[in-house]
Amino acid sequence: MALDPTCPKVKNLLLLDSEGKRIAVKYYSPEWSTVNSQANYEKSVWGKTSRTNARGEAEIVMFDDVLVVYKCLGDLMFYVTGGQDENELILYAVLQAFYESVSILLRQQVDKKTVLENLDLVLLAVDEIIDRGLVLETEPQVVASRVSMRGADGDVPVVEQTFSQAFASAREQIARSLLK
Amino acid sequence: MAATAQDSTAPLRMGPEKKDEDQDEYETEYSPFYGIEKGAVLQEARIFHDPNLDPRRCSQARSAARARRAAQQRRTPTDRAALRPLPQWERPITRPPAAPTRRPQVITKLLYLLNQGETFTKQQQQQQQEQQQQLTAMAAAGGTKEASEVFFAATKLFQARDPHLRRMVYLCIKDICPGSDEVIIVTSSLMKDMNSTVDLYRANAVRVLCQIVDSQLLAQIERYLKQAVVDKSPVVAASVLCSAVHLMAHNTDIIKRWVNEVQEAAQSKHPMVQFHAVALLHALRATDRLAVSKLVTQLTKASIKSPLAQCLLVRYVAQVIADSQPGPSGEARPFYDFLESCLRHKGELVIFEAARAICNLRDVSARELAPAITVLQLFLSSSKPVLRFAALRTLNRVAMTHPMAVTNCNIDMEGLIGDSNRSIATLAITTLLKTGNEGSVDKLLKQIGGFMGEITDDFKVVVVEAIRALAVKFPGKQRALMAFLAGALREEGGFEYKKAIVASILQLIQIPDSKEAGLAHLCEFIEDCEFTFLSCQVRDRATLHLAQLSGDLGGPAALLSAAARRPDPGALEARLKAYLAEGEGEEEFDLESVPEAPSTPARAAGARGAAAGAMLPGTTGFGGGGGAPAARGAGGAAAPAAVAAAFNAAQAEAEAALKAVPEFAAYGPMFKACPPARLTEEDTEYAITAVKHVLGGRLVVRFDCANTVPEQVLQNVTVALDLSGAEGFVEEACIPLPQMPLNATGHCWSVLRLAGGPGAMPSGKLGAVLRFTVKEIDPGTGEAEEEGYDDEYQLEDLDVSAADYVKPRALANFRSAWEELPAETEREDDYGLGPREGLQETAEAVVGILGMQPCEGTEAVPPNARSHAVLLSGSFPGDRPALVRLLLGMDAGGSVAMKVVSRAVDEGLSEAVHAIIQEA
Repeated sequence: MALDPTCPKVKNLLLLDSEGKRIAVKYYSPEWSTVNSQANYEKSVWGKTSRTNARGEAEIVMFDDVLVVYKCLGDLMFYVTGGQDENELILYAVLQAFYESVSILLRQQVDKKTVLENLDLVLLAVDEIIDRGLVLETEPQVVASRVSMRGADGDVPVVEQTFSQAFASAREQIARSLLK
Repeated sequence: MAATAQDSTAPLRMGPEKKDEDQDEYETEYSPFYGIEKGAVLQEARIFHDPNLDPRRCSQARSAARARRAAQQRRTPTDRAALRPLPQWERPITRPPAAPTRRPQVITKLLYLLNQGETFTKQQQQQQQEQQQQLTAMAAAGGTKEASEVFFAATKLFQARDPHLRRMVYLCIKDICPGSDEVIIVTSSLMKDMNSTVDLYRANAVRVLCQIVDSQLLAQIERYLKQAVVDKSPVVAASVLCSAVHLMAHNTDIIKRWVNEVQEAAQSKHPMVQFHAVALLHALRATDRLAVSKLVTQLTKASIKSPLAQCLLVRYVAQVIADSQPGPSGEARPFYDFLESCLRHKGELVIFEAARAICNLRDVSARELAPAITVLQLFLSSSKPVLRFAALRTLNRVAMTHPMAVTNCNIDMEGLIGDSNRSIATLAITTLLKTGNEGSVDKLLKQIGGFMGEITDDFKVVVVEAIRALAVKFPGKQRALMAFLAGALREEGGFEYKKAIVASILQLIQIPDSKEAGLAHLCEFIEDCEFTFLSCQVRDRATLHLAQLSGDLGGPAALLSAAARRPDPGALEARLKAYLAEGEGEEEFDLESVPEAPSTPARAAGARGAAAGAMLPGTTGFGGGGGAPAARGAGGAAAPAAVAAAFNAAQAEAEAALKAVPEFAAYGPMFKACPPARLTEEDTEYAITAVKHVLGGRLVVRFDCANTVPEQVLQNVTVALDLSGAEGFVEEACIPLPQMPLNATGHCWSVLRLAGGPGAMPSGKLGAVLRFTVKEIDPGTGEAEEEGYDDEYQLEDLDVSAADYVKPRALANFRSAWEELPAETEREDDYGLGPREGLQETAEAVVGILGMQPCEGTEAVPPNARSHAVLLSGSFPGDRPALVRLLLGMDAGGSVAMKVVSRAVDEGLSEAVHAIIQEA
């Protein structure tokens, strides 16, 4: 018996650089069981998306029975792949969780160099968002705090943030959205 | 919060960045940096041997370095080139090895390799899996040892107290995926973490454990997991619920015991806990329709806060609606109100899911659609491309069945034609093509032509399909649409795309006004087509239409004379004939001179049948063209099914070929011809196919032979059949083929008498050998040499099965025919067919095997049916009827069981029916 077919599923998360090379990827679906098939898939995804402008809003493309939502940030491309019949907006929510949690963890310094220097954080973020294809968490703040193991060493857990902390965080986010 | 999130690790991570910039430039300027990678790594490995290092740390570091070194050695040069330059943390110079965060970095490197040096990952995992199967064989392999070593070393890190390190260890264990005998080493550490006071330790330990345990171990830790379901920390509860959804696949029984806890979790305030709990509740009931229905009733009344959980619920509701029998018209669907209320949800996610569900309802009414279309229309003007795409894709699907419902969105969609996202633009156009009016067609076609070159083949197919639909809708626009398709046909494109265009043009040809233009385009295409299969298909179809054009529909012979003896009408026909002559050899159309002559028009008849079955089901093309031959066999059935039509066309073809050989006239009328079977692999020197015919107590086998080697001439070609492997056949005659044509087909024949008279139906495997005389062609003169030598070529065995003796027989009233047959001939048997895709697919497969005619429309299985009965009618040589009742049932797991009840004029025949199924 396989997974319940009604459950939303993610086929893979990809983080590629500006030349389409792999930085961090995670495949959850047996379709790409070999390294070659993964490389081919990444190549074709990149070929179909690299010329589009996904800097402002996340973009979407459908090909070969998959839906791919993607977003370009700095010199990086974030991709989330789902099945053809998946709700596009669920994939979009996962994509948002992916790139926003990485942004938070890297303090908005999202470029290839910083990502490579902090690859552990990116890999952990991927692990916190998707568990073997199932959506585990889509709230970027929550993902980021889990990645940094807040609360594990006597830190204040997110849910119990003080008002001033919450306010500071909100202020920063507003500032960020204005600067976009 | 973002400012504080990284306080513990931030200085270390952000710090060296500035320092590093020089080196980074160095790296980009001098790519030979790749060359020193290995040296740097080896040096790093030496640092791990440093006696000053903590021994625990050292063991970890050493094995990681070894794994890395192994990866280096295993990588081919191309792989190495694919690797990007090492990130700064890979360089030993920048960071002192004694830094406290050194260990996570080693782990990161390991994960980087798993992620990046892909062959390494694969090999290791494969070996791990194999190791589980055959421990001894793999014990010698170095890679396995290394993976295990890394794993053992990683488990030692449980002694460290750094939370970040611990988190990396969790990830590492999951990625390395230890073998079942190794799991035991970490379970105690993980169990300890599962009882930790730190939520994140508990949550992660649960996730890791659930991923690596087997059923036995799961039973041991089940108590803890069950408790964790109702843990007050959302991260713990969500982790265990999510893991349980995965565990359901193999440990349903254990998870079933948690039902109360899961119910409680479904009320959780935390969205992700609720989402996973709802998913699990459904998974626990997924095989029981009634239980799902109850669950849906219960959940639609409860308040679901999580948007994702609400999405799930919408899906479940849609499923329940699909499973329920449609009520009398006008009656509201159960749960429709719920779907409609979801359209007013505050989350776009839910709104869209509900709108999509409504649009996908079976037999949805315009009134039900209206609110969903309204919200989708709003989405069309969203600033988010994802939302526009999602809405448009759904509307596009609705437009296929309810174009009028979508017309309100036309203005919004026209605005999207210029969308920067090509997928959205294409969808907008194809949707508009479906909903637009006649006046806007020209404008749209112009717009499409503008960007056809920029979109992928997938979307081009979509556009072509839309144009085909449009052509049917607006016959007045034929000319413009045909011109567009013709243009598309000339452009570059893949097979599927060209096939779609050809199918569209073939459909347009049905309309008398566009016939000539369409055929002209196809002729042009035949000449430049790069896909042989497609050009053959087009040629055959074109021949058929040519015959139709000349107005003579009198069966194969008449088709032939139509093509051969009338020099006109017009340039079109001349062109087609010229092509056919080119493709098939010059004497092709001369009935008297060459025995293989009938093949061309006969093939057209075959293609016609195939087309009726495959390409254009239910179009008028067949009814007109195939009238004479089809009516003969179908026994006047009002609407001959595609099966019968294709069958009859193939029969007509075979019979025409048979009649061309005067020796066979004495055998009487043909009973049945079997579909061609290849006796050679593709792309071999000779292409041989066999067609078996049953007539007059004989099995006449026609071998279609083609030579593909231009340097030689093959003469006096026969196929020798070895009858020792099967009983009941007596070789009676053999008609050789004087010369095997080059790249065209010629026939030689073998006649086997069936021992035991006209009713006998022997079966078995007959060995086949192609025998011939070879004459080399002198490259100087181009003439064949005088002297040849005899040679033979082993062919694949010719299978003769009981199914070869059955042909479909149309029947008006199955029940009365069933009653007429003697009840004592009834034979019944059960068959388990294992998991199948669906009953429809299964029914088609079984009908295909039996080769009988489904009666009274029973070949169509109603959607969602769990059981179905198919009534089949066929006849055996001597026109002896046999009837079959085929009962199919599917269980919850998708396995299909089949009961076959047969009746015939005598018991032997009834048993023969079962023999066919048992052989298959």
